[in-house]
Amino acid sequence: MSHTATTPTQQTQQPPSHPPTKQPSQTTTRVVVAVGAILIVALVIFILVGGPQPDAKPVSLGFSFNSFFRWIGEMGPIVQIPLVLVIFAAVVGLLLLLIEYAPRHGTGYFWLRLVTSFAIPLLAFMMLRPYQNAVVYVVIIALITGGLLFYADHRARQGAGYLYQLTLFLAPALIMLLVGLIYPAISTIVQSFYDKTGDNFVGMDNYVWAFTNPQGFWSIINTLIWAVFVPIFATVVGLAYAAFMERARGERLLKVLVFMPFAIAPVSISLIWKFVYDYRQGDQIGLLNAIVVAFGGQPVRWLDTWPLVNTFCLLIAFVWAQTGFAMVILSAAIKAVPVEQLEAAQLDGTTAWQRFINVTVPGIRTSIVVVLTTITIAALKLYDIVAVMTGGRSNSTVLGFEMVNQQQRFQSYGHAAALAVLIFVFVAPLIVYNVIQLRKQREVR
Amino acid sequence: MAVETATTPKFDRSAARKVARETRRNEAQAQKRLTSPVATVIAILIAFLWTIPTLGLLITSFRPGADSATTGWWTVFTGPDFTLDNYQEALTSGGTALTLGQSFLNSLAITIPVTVFVISIAALGAYAFAWMDFKGRGFLFVAIFALQIVPIQMALVPLLSLFSRGLEIAGVGIFPGLELREIDHSFATMWIAHVMFGLPLSIFLLHNFMAEIPSDVIEAARVDGAGHGQIFFRIILPLSMPILASFAIFEFVWVWNDLLVATIFAPTSSLPMTQTLNSLSGSWGDRWYLVSAGAFLVLVVPMIVFLALQRFFVRGLMAGATKG
Repeated sequence: MSHTATTPTQQTQQPPSHPPTKQPSQTTTRVVVAVGAILIVALVIFILVGGPQPDAKPVSLGFSFNSFFRWIGEMGPIVQIPLVLVIFAAVVGLLLLLIEYAPRHGTGYFWLRLVTSFAIPLLAFMMLRPYQNAVVYVVIIALITGGLLFYADHRARQGAGYLYQLTLFLAPALIMLLVGLIYPAISTIVQSFYDKTGDNFVGMDNYVWAFTNPQGFWSIINTLIWAVFVPIFATVVGLAYAAFMERARGERLLKVLVFMPFAIAPVSISLIWKFVYDYRQGDQIGLLNAIVVAFGGQPVRWLDTWPLVNTFCLLIAFVWAQTGFAMVILSAAIKAVPVEQLEAAQLDGTTAWQRFINVTVPGIRTSIVVVLTTITIAALKLYDIVAVMTGGRSNSTVLGFEMVNQQQRFQSYGHAAALAVLIFVFVAPLIVYNVIQLRKQREVR
Repeated sequence: MAVETATTPKFDRSAARKVARETRRNEAQAQKRLTSPVATVIAILIAFLWTIPTLGLLITSFRPGADSATTGWWTVFTGPDFTLDNYQEALTSGGTALTLGQSFLNSLAITIPVTVFVISIAALGAYAFAWMDFKGRGFLFVAIFALQIVPIQMALVPLLSLFSRGLEIAGVGIFPGLELREIDHSFATMWIAHVMFGLPLSIFLLHNFMAEIPSDVIEAARVDGAGHGQIFFRIILPLSMPILASFAIFEFVWVWNDLLVATIFAPTSSLPMTQTLNSLSGSWGDRWYLVSAGAFLVLVVPMIVFLALQRFFVRGLMAGATKG
């Protein structure tokens, strides 16, 4: 174990090269890793100091993610499926082999860890094709990263190889989350303080715009209307249906009928409901106007009648889709309410309704909260239904749609970013609440 | 069965009958929980309201175009007249853009790989959270769960520019973007984006399931000399099949039905059905016979998956909602 005095890429690492104890000092490890991290940051700054180089060419090893995606993109869609799955399986298989073999003791495994620690980051970075001016720095960064990983792993408290396999398990997910969610979120927040082009700092202007411009203003108001009414409607109807259908004949089939819309694509949902709301002169083909006309009324332009009418028409389509979700969760919760409690209440001479309100509902309180928060979050993020049914006309827009609208139609990134940040701000309290609940649950465990 | 009852002593049988009778009575009483005429009427009304819109569209999609343009779909009950031409036309008419038939293949090529990618990557991560000890594990896990705080809308623009322009810091290019513009069927950006957006929830759900697996099983394997790779692949994965299956269905339906990610990331030649239907329904305008047939073509695959694997689907949902 101690025969391996490794000297990774830093000169700074000299200390106890042959520690007498089996446990290497954790402080030293931490210091070295910190120094390495600083070194990486310094290298990034070095690249930036070089300044923009407009005609720099990408450097690759002859193969890259880009060339792979180009190669596979030339094939037919159906051919791509097995092809990409086989390649993915091969990569994951390799990963698992490394996880299994690399942590073992022995010189061969030691070298396996050493080589792969350096090779994997290097390969990953080179497959991204760094520009000419950056390539040297990128290679050094990759080697330092690999070296630090190997060093920290080798001196880890749990023994060499533990950190190595942990990294392999977690790295794919963490890298994707970092690149796909954390970096974009930060970038969007920054962007929301810049103008259309993203070059000039404008302070809070985009947020002022969002609250004063009709599109922005109505999207905020409507989103709040959605966030209040959708969860309430969906939960009340779902709860009523679950309670009434409890142990009824044909329970399963009747539940599937209500649950089915949850699996329907929002695009199809929108078209289904557009058809219900259809407006025309003469004979009606939309159900709602046909009913209105049958009762002697005038047909109504449901989706263009502002205020509130069009928003509620859209909102009902979403409620229609979400009720099944509420129903399924609440139905399972109702089944889990102890029968003894209900029987005890029954002996006390309570009516069915009293039992429902005083025993069942408190018994499924947590489930109700989960359903409410989940549907609220979905309503806050909603895009599809508004996009397909009205395209935001007649002030029916919502934040989730208006954001894409600003970005796609008006190329106005600042406004789009500000609207996206507003969704984030509205969603945040709900997720924070969920996190608190989660932490409580984990403490109980 | 008959033989068994014959050999059972008589007095036991009457006692059993009595118990059964009482149970039945109790059950009947319990059944009375909320069943009143009003409740039944409301329930049936809900079931009716929740079925009618879909039924209307389904019927329209089978009616001749001339009929559905002038009369409501409910008139079909007095003079039925059906055709399959609408589906034929909806699948093949696309003008210069993609047809629904072509984008059906695209939808498959997006959805199937994404489902596999998300589950595999999430399973690896979830295993580490469930069965490996490291500092900051609890914090990191909660942080990943909390990432659901980021609405997809927030990630769209920066991710798109990362894909097309690559990584630039302060104007200095480090990595170039992907050059996939002129490629026939490039799904790469869709795959990557969907995987990224699907990870927080899937890691959370898979972890909750994996953490409940009895530790004896894993200890036993460790004593036998299995490393984490083997334990993961040969013990945890097979035991986690229920959650993997249910989340796979969930993810499949979710990706198939997605419109937002497709709107932003899919190149014109690789649009999935949802996006194609959305743009076609604009040009079809009032031709409801086409719109309705198209809407049904889009919902048919997730509906089959859903109806066939309903149990798993619901289980996945429950795992998500009740937090393990």
